[in-house]
Amino acid sequence: MEVTKFISGSWTKTVNVRDFVFNNITPYHGTSAFLEGPTKSTLKLWDICTQAMAEERANNGVRSVDTETISTIDAFGPGYIDKDNEIIVGLQTDELLKRAMKPFGGFKVVEKALSEHGKVPNEKLTELFSKYVKTHNDGVFDAYNDEIRNYRSLGILTGLPDNYARGRIIGDYRRIALYGIDFLIESKIKDLASITGPMTEDVIRLREEVSEQIKALNAMKTLGNSYEIDLSKPATNAREAVQWTYMAYLAAVKEQDGAAMSLGNVSTFLDIYIENDLQQGLISELEAQEYIDQFVMKLRVVRHLRMQAYDEIFAGDPTWVTEAIGGMFHDGRTKVTKTSFRFLNTLYNLGASPEPNMTVLWSEDLPENFKEFCAKVAIETSSLQFENDALMRDSRGSDDYGIACCVSHQDLGKSIQFFGARTNLAKTLLLAINGGRCELTGEQVLEGIPVDKDEYLDFNKVMTNFKVAMQEVARVYCDTMNIIHYMHDKYYYEKAQMALIDTNPHIDIAYGIAGLSIVADSLSAIKYAKVKPIRNEDGLTVDFSIEGAFPKYGNDDDRVDALAVQAVSDFNNELKQFPIYKNATPTLSVLTITSNVVYGKKTGATPDGRALGVPFAPGANPMHGRDEMGAIASLNSVAKIRYEDAQDGISNTFSVVPKSLGADVETRVQNLISILDGYFSNKAQHININVLDKATLLDAMEHPEAYPQLTIRVSGYAVNFVRLTREQQMEVISRSFHESM
Amino acid sequence: MTISADTILNVHSIESFGTHDGPGIRFVIFLQGCKLKCLYCHNPDTIAMEGGEPYTVKALFDMVMKAKPYFGKHGGVTVSGGEPLLQAKALIPFFKLLKAEGIHTAIDTNGRILNHFVTELLDHYTDLVLLDIKHMTEEGYQYLTGMKNHQTTFNFAQHREKTGKAMWLRYVLIPGLTNKPELLQAMGTYFKDFTTIEKLEILPYHKLGVHKWEALGWEYQLKDARENTATELLEAKALLQPSFENISIN
Repeated sequence: MEVTKFISGSWTKTVNVRDFVFNNITPYHGTSAFLEGPTKSTLKLWDICTQAMAEERANNGVRSVDTETISTIDAFGPGYIDKDNEIIVGLQTDELLKRAMKPFGGFKVVEKALSEHGKVPNEKLTELFSKYVKTHNDGVFDAYNDEIRNYRSLGILTGLPDNYARGRIIGDYRRIALYGIDFLIESKIKDLASITGPMTEDVIRLREEVSEQIKALNAMKTLGNSYEIDLSKPATNAREAVQWTYMAYLAAVKEQDGAAMSLGNVSTFLDIYIENDLQQGLISELEAQEYIDQFVMKLRVVRHLRMQAYDEIFAGDPTWVTEAIGGMFHDGRTKVTKTSFRFLNTLYNLGASPEPNMTVLWSEDLPENFKEFCAKVAIETSSLQFENDALMRDSRGSDDYGIACCVSHQDLGKSIQFFGARTNLAKTLLLAINGGRCELTGEQVLEGIPVDKDEYLDFNKVMTNFKVAMQEVARVYCDTMNIIHYMHDKYYYEKAQMALIDTNPHIDIAYGIAGLSIVADSLSAIKYAKVKPIRNEDGLTVDFSIEGAFPKYGNDDDRVDALAVQAVSDFNNELKQFPIYKNATPTLSVLTITSNVVYGKKTGATPDGRALGVPFAPGANPMHGRDEMGAIASLNSVAKIRYEDAQDGISNTFSVVPKSLGADVETRVQNLISILDGYFSNKAQHININVLDKATLLDAMEHPEAYPQLTIRVSGYAVNFVRLTREQQMEVISRSFHESM
Repeated sequence: MTISADTILNVHSIESFGTHDGPGIRFVIFLQGCKLKCLYCHNPDTIAMEGGEPYTVKALFDMVMKAKPYFGKHGGVTVSGGEPLLQAKALIPFFKLLKAEGIHTAIDTNGRILNHFVTELLDHYTDLVLLDIKHMTEEGYQYLTGMKNHQTTFNFAQHREKTGKAMWLRYVLIPGLTNKPELLQAMGTYFKDFTTIEKLEILPYHKLGVHKWEALGWEYQLKDARENTATELLEAKALLQPSFENISIN
């Protein structure tokens, strides 16, 4: 391998991208003044893309779709936006925004998605998949038992990746640029040889998986060749490094349509090549920015074929091309480089956008100039989220990590994640109050909880029963996840991504909860006020009447915040009690995506005074309008949820009107920095920042055509506001906007 | 903890994320009670001396400490109201605790009270005074506030000036009432030689508080007043510019 221009290290002998970055990085402490605008070529390409996206919106969200080809790594010929102007090439199909069928997650899902756009799949394929080929979805439902089916249909477990691909796995896409595919194949061949008998099920499976990975690597070469790119050898300059990295990612999104297909942490890696070329006078800053602009443009046009029902839980057609930017090394050096700035600068050069999902790894020690630039970009584009780098580094150990999906730490190339959506914790509490019956249907869901006939709810009794309900839900949830991930490995294994990850990675299994603020406030009401259940003739509690006041989550009041902390901790502990597929480590998130709306619909009235059907607060946010002491108190409540109890992430969405953030731009920037420093010093994990006027959102609802790029952060990701359903738009607008003046 | 930490402050409300009452992010405590009844008051529910919620100094201090990580380089605590200096005696132990923690302190006041509690609080424990200039004439002051003796404000400002400690002036700008060239010129003339004034904040009149008057069953008497036009704001600023180094329009 050619390593002459870089400082060598253990990375030169074995696959270790972190070591390469660590030894060759040029940290940057300066300002954003060096940044360049877009080139003419970039603007020309982006014009074509924006036009195509307008057509897409006008055509019910899908511009075109292929019904003939199964999308694999090397399916389709090359595709271009406008070949002459493209510095970085590669599309998922042979045409911009054309969606493709990835049927191994579930063929019925593909058929449904196509039929919603008046299409049918190729007849031969239909015959194959209905008679001969089995999918992930088929496998899961073969194994599901009645209990699991019941939990699903009652909405206790929702959004499970049992009829779509699980995603969340982040290939270390930098590997192809650094090593070239030949070296990676050699390395995997060695790994395969070392996986020896006795041939137990685990060993056999791993051997089969590694063999699949090697095939995937070869297919990536074919993909490269179709664009006249030789991926077998390492990238030799900046443009190639960007191109090679993108090709690796492209292979992943051609093969898989997982809910979240994160990119990882490529900006600092790419900077090493760019800095090298700049130093040698091979390229100009304008060209460096052009590479990044065009790369990011490609990431913005990634598309998957989805059913409309999918939109309820993941609204706005997200792809979660999450890129983690910034952060610090363990040794105290910053990972911020000029290319960290260049990535953020795409939000100016190409305008605001939900994708790629740019996530700043925040630390108090980040260079001051970078902090200011991030704050300014967040204020001006509402396209950024921030995560606590110091907290995650200390807790998880790695300083070379990406963010899977929305908020979840993933050690790059060393660790993967099994995604598991979430359970409805508010509904779990209602099961506890109703003797184990569903509050909407009256159906007996779980055993072991006595029927409560008291006039007022008794806190201790409710807590005891809640614990039983949590135990039962955790048990069924674990069973479900084991089935899902067993089948996903079997029928829709992520061979492209796994080829770019160490052969036997650590696995986190990612559980989630929704409705935390409702649970906290409900328990608080029961404890500090008097809550009278209103039961129907069937003995089912259908509503509650509350006498007296009670502290509410979101006001930095320990009396109630401790109940939230406890609920997360308790449920997390319950999840650890059961055997888990592939010995994965259970982790928990407090995150909803946009499912807080649909969860609300499926949950009866709750003891906190929330009426039946009212949307939940997103993620770990306090319920709308209940945080009465201002934003800092609200942030402090969320910060109390312990990361060790929710290692998959704790999402908070902070929305503020510009004027409330400060009188002028400079003050707003400084105040946002203070908020981030303060929030994260209190060991909070994640925050989305929206700086928007409600009036803008209302106007965008009425005149969507005028706001094609209006981006807002929702729980853990960003969306084009105009692509949300009206109901979801209303929910966003009704949320707590901090607007004290 | 000393006995003074048990001292009670009568609080109307708390805003943990104040960005318009002093520099940086402020933990703002609105105290209950004010002797003035300004026609444009946007917090009329803080005027009554009764009502409010009693908090011990210790309780408030504990709350502030939880917000402290967010203060950054410039933020801190602002006590507003109501008129905070009506509770100056009880504020002394509170501000003592804050200063011991190195927290920046500010008082937002109409400057009517200047007793020995007030001077002790201001001279020793208050980093910044936000002083409301209601009106430059006695007649205008009486009309706007319902109280006599507009000179009290100026005496207050003179006292602050003598201590050499920082002060911001705040002036609510109402077309035809306080936004008149001769009034602005008078203000400039009076304050131009002060050395402790870091900033003049012009607060353009708005009607956001009207619903609160209605909720209290009071008649809003400035119904006919209107908001400034952009030109009026700029003209006012231009008139004041020669006398004040730093003017902001909030």
